[in-house]
Amino acid sequence: MTKAPAPPVYDGQQRIVRLILMVITAILGVMAIYPLLYMLSISFKPPPEVFRSNVLPAQPTLANFFYVLTEVPFWHYLANTFIVSSVVTVVALFFHTMAGYALARLRFPGREAVFLAMLSTFLVSLPVIIVPLFAMVRMMGMVNSWAGLIIPSIFDAFGIFLLRQYYLSLPRELEEAALIDGAGYWRIYWSIILPLSRPIVSTLAILFFLANWNSFLWPLTVAPQSDLWVVQVAIANFKSQYSSAWNYTMAASVIVAIPMLVIFVIFQRQIMDSIKTTGLK
Amino acid sequence: MTAHLNGDRKAAKRAALRQLPTERREAVAGILFVLPDALGLLIFIGLPMLLAIGMSAFEVDGFGGFRFVGLGNYARMVADPLFWSALRVTLTFALMAVPLLYVIGLMLALLVQKTSRFNTAMRFLFFAPQVVSLVVVALVWQLMSVEKIGVLPRLIAGLGLGSVSFLGNPHVALFTVVLAFVWFLMGFYMLIFIGGLQDIPKEYYEAARIDGANRAQSFWHITLPLLRPTSFFVLVVSSVAAVSGQQAFDLVYVMTRGGPANATLLLITYIYQQAFQYGAFGYASAMATLLVLMLMAITLAFFWATRGGRFQYD
Repeated sequence: MTKAPAPPVYDGQQRIVRLILMVITAILGVMAIYPLLYMLSISFKPPPEVFRSNVLPAQPTLANFFYVLTEVPFWHYLANTFIVSSVVTVVALFFHTMAGYALARLRFPGREAVFLAMLSTFLVSLPVIIVPLFAMVRMMGMVNSWAGLIIPSIFDAFGIFLLRQYYLSLPRELEEAALIDGAGYWRIYWSIILPLSRPIVSTLAILFFLANWNSFLWPLTVAPQSDLWVVQVAIANFKSQYSSAWNYTMAASVIVAIPMLVIFVIFQRQIMDSIKTTGLK
Repeated sequence: MTAHLNGDRKAAKRAALRQLPTERREAVAGILFVLPDALGLLIFIGLPMLLAIGMSAFEVDGFGGFRFVGLGNYARMVADPLFWSALRVTLTFALMAVPLLYVIGLMLALLVQKTSRFNTAMRFLFFAPQVVSLVVVALVWQLMSVEKIGVLPRLIAGLGLGSVSFLGNPHVALFTVVLAFVWFLMGFYMLIFIGGLQDIPKEYYEAARIDGANRAQSFWHITLPLLRPTSFFVLVVSSVAAVSGQQAFDLVYVMTRGGPANATLLLITYIYQQAFQYGAFGYASAMATLLVLMLMAITLAFFWATRGGRFQYD
């Protein structure tokens, strides 16, 4: 396709409009990031400076971070969160790739019904079922346990759906060749489908890890015992304990937020591209 | 010996499987592959949905004892002024949050839709709040709202608009939560809108420009109509999120706990309180069932209004 040359009328005027729009965008961008910068700024401030208007701390200090990491078992909460998020991510991706592959490729009776039923759970968000879910998990004896924290978080239709779409777009030839060579379905899944899924699996791994690191409602409900706290529950409780010690609370928040912000900086294209395409069905 | 036997048995099994007709083998494999997720979704989402309806017919005490009360919990709901207040707060929240998210998300998308280095950087800034947890978001907004000395009250005072208590004034507190909610989610919807905008063929705009249409005209007559599927998606997802309290629960739990004077007590917050503070699992389930019905009604209404989510451009 050849580009038609744009009519050169109003060229100067258009450049000015574009410049004004860029300035507006930049101002909005600074406003959008301001609360995060503010959090960062307070975390480096000594207590008397917290409510002073200087953005850059006059006497920056690391004392808040030392306090949070030494006086509170914060490492322990970070470790808990890391374990829960990693296990959920790995197991979920294992199950979802299997289900996605079967739903896209293998013909079995009731496949469409299963897919629709799975898809319909998409509309059910955790808050809506939190009470009966908790009652069930309590009956299973999983309150205040790793199993209770981890297992119910694994299942979610979003990942299954995206993987199914991805597998539908893969060419069939490789699998068919393997099938003719006498490979079983498990072999095909393990040595053909999984390696081919690397790009989407890595994106989903980032998204799942992020979502689980940031999740609050379920861990708060299922594991009130403090040795099983994840960081989100810990900082919410931290706040009610040190109600006016904002410098500590913000230091804790920075510690919790930084790993995710770093992941975002590294993988921003993958993360943003995957979200951009979720809307297009 | 046993290992040898096991091996034999396995080999025999495999041979038996091989003899199954291909279709059968494929079906067995398919079912086994779907099973873990299907069972998990059934147990941890499907069953709780049914259980909610069942539990709403019982009064549950703190020791797990059940007493059948029929529709008693629903009668209690109708007579409970706090339930009605929570319902009103939830709907007010949604009516403020959904249009704001739509307009801001679309506006940001229009500003940064073209691929350039500057726009990529700006998208990064708008999306960054999404990466931070809602608990942290709530804490930061709470700090910015601290009476008189926080950033927000000082900004308002600096503009000569007097003193406003962002989380202490019942008429303002819900709006403060909406602001935090919109700030957190705007980057997500911006990206969804960018995806939709990039799907619109450029030729339409060129044709319109040749016909002498200005920016506003091409926005109203090309962008908005062709963006209808994306708009539909955004409105459904954000309405469901706002009414169910998916993100708002965390914000309210940390920022206000439902106060002041129950001004930010969302339905989901009230359900949570009833269940986990007062142990009224039956009553909480009755309200949750109503919430599910409301969400279904909202989704159906959107589908009905758009004839099943299909869009014809005629």
